[in-house]
Amino acid sequence: MKKKAIIPILLSIGVWLTGCADTTSRTKGVYMLLDTSGTYKNELDKARSIIYYLLGTLEPGDTLGVARIDTGSFSEKDLIAKDTFDRRPSVSNSQKRLFRETIEQFVSTAKSSPYTDITGGILQAVEYLNETGAGNKYVLVFSDLKEDLRKGYIRDFPIEMSDVNVIALNVTKLRTDNIDPREYMDRLAYWEKRTVDAGGTWRVMNDLERLDTLLAG
Amino acid sequence: MSSTDFLMIVPGSPALSMLIWMMVAVIMLYLARSPAHRAITSLSRVVQNAMRLASKSVLLGEKSLVQRNKEVLVAAGRESAERLIEREFHRVNAVVQRDLSGYPALQRTLSDQITRIDEDYIESAELPPPPPTWVAAVETISKVRSKSDPTVANILKEIEKTSNRQYRETVDEYRKSMGERHAILSKMVPYWRNLTQTLDEVGKKIGGLQERAQVIDNKMEEYEAIRTKTNEAERTLTSSSMTQFVISGFALLIAFGGAIINFNLIALPMSEMVGGGSYIGPFKTSNVAALVIILVEVAMGLYLMESLRITKLFPIIGSMDDRLRTRMIWVTFTILLILAGVESALAFMRDRIAADMQALRHSLAAAQVSGPVNSWIPTVGQMVMGFILPFALTFVAIPLESFVQASRTVMGAVMAGLLRALAFLLRLFGNIVGYMGEFLVNVYDLIIFPPLWVEKLIRDRAQQAHYKPAKGDDVI
Repeated sequence: MKKKAIIPILLSIGVWLTGCADTTSRTKGVYMLLDTSGTYKNELDKARSIIYYLLGTLEPGDTLGVARIDTGSFSEKDLIAKDTFDRRPSVSNSQKRLFRETIEQFVSTAKSSPYTDITGGILQAVEYLNETGAGNKYVLVFSDLKEDLRKGYIRDFPIEMSDVNVIALNVTKLRTDNIDPREYMDRLAYWEKRTVDAGGTWRVMNDLERLDTLLAG
Repeated sequence: MSSTDFLMIVPGSPALSMLIWMMVAVIMLYLARSPAHRAITSLSRVVQNAMRLASKSVLLGEKSLVQRNKEVLVAAGRESAERLIEREFHRVNAVVQRDLSGYPALQRTLSDQITRIDEDYIESAELPPPPPTWVAAVETISKVRSKSDPTVANILKEIEKTSNRQYRETVDEYRKSMGERHAILSKMVPYWRNLTQTLDEVGKKIGGLQERAQVIDNKMEEYEAIRTKTNEAERTLTSSSMTQFVISGFALLIAFGGAIINFNLIALPMSEMVGGGSYIGPFKTSNVAALVIILVEVAMGLYLMESLRITKLFPIIGSMDDRLRTRMIWVTFTILLILAGVESALAFMRDRIAADMQALRHSLAAAQVSGPVNSWIPTVGQMVMGFILPFALTFVAIPLESFVQASRTVMGAVMAGLLRALAFLLRLFGNIVGYMGEFLVNVYDLIIFPPLWVEKLIRDRAQQAHYKPAKGDDVI
């Protein structure tokens, strides 16, 4: 009688465990684009603190990539540092230290770029994040969102950003924005529309004191 | 034609139409009064009876549950009493084996001591000094009249001297003899003391046995009360069970707290072994692995306690062959020891990883890292905790057993209470439906009161006509 009862229990446990085999990836993939055009280059110190915050927050198995936005950003050459952190915390910590050194070096030697290809950078970011297979994808755009393309560069086409969370950071107001704030609003609305139309989500975070909510949700 | 138009009997006058409809309805209801009353009454009775039956069957179930609870309680109490009595018998057996097995030797010791005391006593007996043989001669000479004879006087003087000397010698000899006897008697003192001590020990042992016998008698009385299922025994057992439930629940809560501490101690370093980013379902693999280790420790603790026959959760382990059981004790203890070692190592690793993370965060925050003060203290503390907690968790088996046993009674009592409450609610609902039926009948009559009133008038007139005396009836 007892043996008969044990078999269904074991079967149920087996079924339950099989049901538990969740294949959903819970890792985070974060790609940060740094605008280095014109005077915005002076904001890189803020970008560095955000990257350091990410290094302290991301867990083993997560991915972090940092790239600059310059004349033509749809290129691997603009990638400053990228790494998928090892699943072992000790190795992951070593990787983060190396990452930090690379960023430190970049910030101290970064040069201003004449043009701003934000779309190209976002395309590069989405491509990279899709390759990592991360469960939660974030593209952080550290820029004033003023795209300034070089003549001949084509970027006015719909892009695919399914399940990608785009967060615009430190969107500074330009001199012209102060004259006509609608320009600033229009700029934000333009990027929001592009992101949402592409299947992604859009968020703006200008208060860098509240970074704890950066990757939440 | 809409329904409103259909209802409008008198076009343009909805109030009049409504009044006509109401009259029609009242008349219809009046005509259907008897069957409607019967329908309402029968429906309410059906529900009331059904509820009463359901209530009765629930009460029957409650009774059988109470009976089962009582049997479980009595069985548990009987088992507990048997264990206590068995333990007392074991103690008595141990006392008898330890103390009374040496009784022949003790008796021999006592006998030897008594013999020695006896011998010493005989030796110390006071011997009367031998009567001097010359006393008669002295008496004879003392009767001689010799005051005038100097020779006799000299002889007497010599005799006196000799007598005095003899007296002194005799006294000295007597004193010496007395001294020797006293020496023998003082040699007897240690023997007396030994004898007293030995007898005291015997007395204590016998007293201890008497106490044990008294305890066994009390336990036997309790056992007898439980066996005969007296109400007092049941009440005592129920109360004891409730107390056990609360106390063991509290102990389990403490153990749960210990398990959480243990979990936090090993969850982080486990991520170094199984990876920090993998998941099983919604849970991190490292957390699951840490939990599994803790559960394995608890399981090993249970098996160890079972093998030691401290708990009786798995009768199959308790009834094992002694050799196999001893082997199982060693196996479970070894596994626990290994797990404790592993946990200690993990605790050490945790400290290192935490320090590394802290250093990384400091470097990212560009903060000055102050040198750790006595950094070995938390490291050693964590390692010791990691080693001790698995063994501490072993003892969870004891409150767990009490909790499981007590919860049977407590849950039974709770279930019985719930069933009683359900029976009451069913009965209450049935009665409410019954009275609601009566209420509806009255409301029905209230709605059709105009025709009823007319009916009553007609009936009264008919009765008056029936009882109206015919002309001339009052003329006698």
